[in-house]
Amino acid sequence: MSWLTDLFAEYGAAIAKSMAETGYMMLASLLAAVLIGLPLGMTVYLTERGGIAENRAVNMIANLYINVVRSFPFLLLVVFFIPFTRAVIGTSFGTTAATFPLCFVAVAIYARLTEQILREIPTGIPLVARALGATVPQAVFRMLLPEARSGLVYALTSAAISLLSYSTVLGVVGGGGIGDFAMRYGYQVYNDNLMYLVIVIIIMCVLAIQAIGHRTSVRLDHR
Amino acid sequence: MFPSSTIVEFRSITKRFRPGIDEPAALEDITLSIRTGEIFGIVGESGAGKSTLLELVNGLTAPTSGTVTVDGTDVDALDTRGMRALRRGIGTVFQGVHLLSNSTVRDNIRLPLRLGSRDGSVAMTRREQKEAVDRMLSFVGLTHRADHYPAQLSGGERQRVGLARALVTRPPLLLCDEPTSSLDASTTGDVLRVLSDAREKLGTTVIVITHDLDVVKVLCDRAALLERGRLREVFPITRTEADRTLPSYYDQVKRELMS
Repeated sequence: MSWLTDLFAEYGAAIAKSMAETGYMMLASLLAAVLIGLPLGMTVYLTERGGIAENRAVNMIANLYINVVRSFPFLLLVVFFIPFTRAVIGTSFGTTAATFPLCFVAVAIYARLTEQILREIPTGIPLVARALGATVPQAVFRMLLPEARSGLVYALTSAAISLLSYSTVLGVVGGGGIGDFAMRYGYQVYNDNLMYLVIVIIIMCVLAIQAIGHRTSVRLDHR
Repeated sequence: MFPSSTIVEFRSITKRFRPGIDEPAALEDITLSIRTGEIFGIVGESGAGKSTLLELVNGLTAPTSGTVTVDGTDVDALDTRGMRALRRGIGTVFQGVHLLSNSTVRDNIRLPLRLGSRDGSVAMTRREQKEAVDRMLSFVGLTHRADHYPAQLSGGERQRVGLARALVTRPPLLLCDEPTSSLDASTTGDVLRVLSDAREKLGTTVIVITHDLDVVKVLCDRAALLERGRLREVFPITRTEADRTLPSYYDQVKRELMS
């Protein structure tokens, strides 16, 4: 096993730096998912036909955003975003710049997942909200979100794992991250052992995310 | 025995779900008054329009023509805010109860108080809210279940939580859609006791949909029979003291199978 200790000795610091970059990209995009994606998914659910805040125009626009962003193969989206990223962030290169398109995808993914989770709430709950004279914000915060919270946590887990995978692509715009590291210092220079090591690390990360998400979700669920 | 004032009035109500399309109306020319303080039954076969009639009262459905008034207010003329206020003054229990599955029994019952405290229709401190919830818990006999979740309850208990939630704001009017349809004889008795207590102790007017004529006989003062959207007849119900309790399951079985 001395090759393993040698690998860590030589690349340990670089691996840690890459993981920090990946962590930064995931944290930022998950924040966007929760702060923007969740309200967007809630909006789609509330404004659809027969919803408690039915509004065709808003529903169409929200749906259009989600569909368009989700249609892009991720690599194309990143490249397509370059001028936009440069205008907003000031540069189109580096970890922060790479996070920008990732956030848009995170918002779209989590919005759609949120909508799906909300649809699974029995239709009687919105009916009760109306019969009790709840305002829309009351229905959302006092009834719908508490009912959906377990599913929403589980969906966020799933989104996080997708984003980890997406973040690998961000190497093309200098995003760095653990996936890019494996490509650059493992695959491309025939250092297969390093690549395998990084893959194992990524698998362990995914297992950890999944375990935490699953456990939290189960704890929140009383159905 | 009861004040004869009217709490709900249906005046020549017709309801078509798809106006313009030639199909039988869901409700056709219904005129009916519900008196303050009575327990009023609505009976009829499936599809007769019972639920639709009830939904007109709290504005979940609007009539195609005719007017519904609650306490003199025309329901159809209310704006959003007025409609919310009306609904907060009417307790509703749905066929499937629909409790919040991730909230305890206590929090489910407290929900209407929390919703009402924002616009001032419920002016209670947290402590008063808790006391009101505790009173309702004992009123429906579920004090020992306060911290359980709905999934841990039996059907009859869930139905009583639904009633407690509907009654916690002390509404003058309670609407119940098939409160006993999924229950057996002894749990039906528990629910009926709560309904008659609501009238006796809280002064609530109750409108109850049911297909169970034993329920009507035990509970109601009058009952309307709907037939394919039309009001066939309103029956006054007279009962002796013996009629006040539900026949036992044995008696029901015997009556149905042996006659």
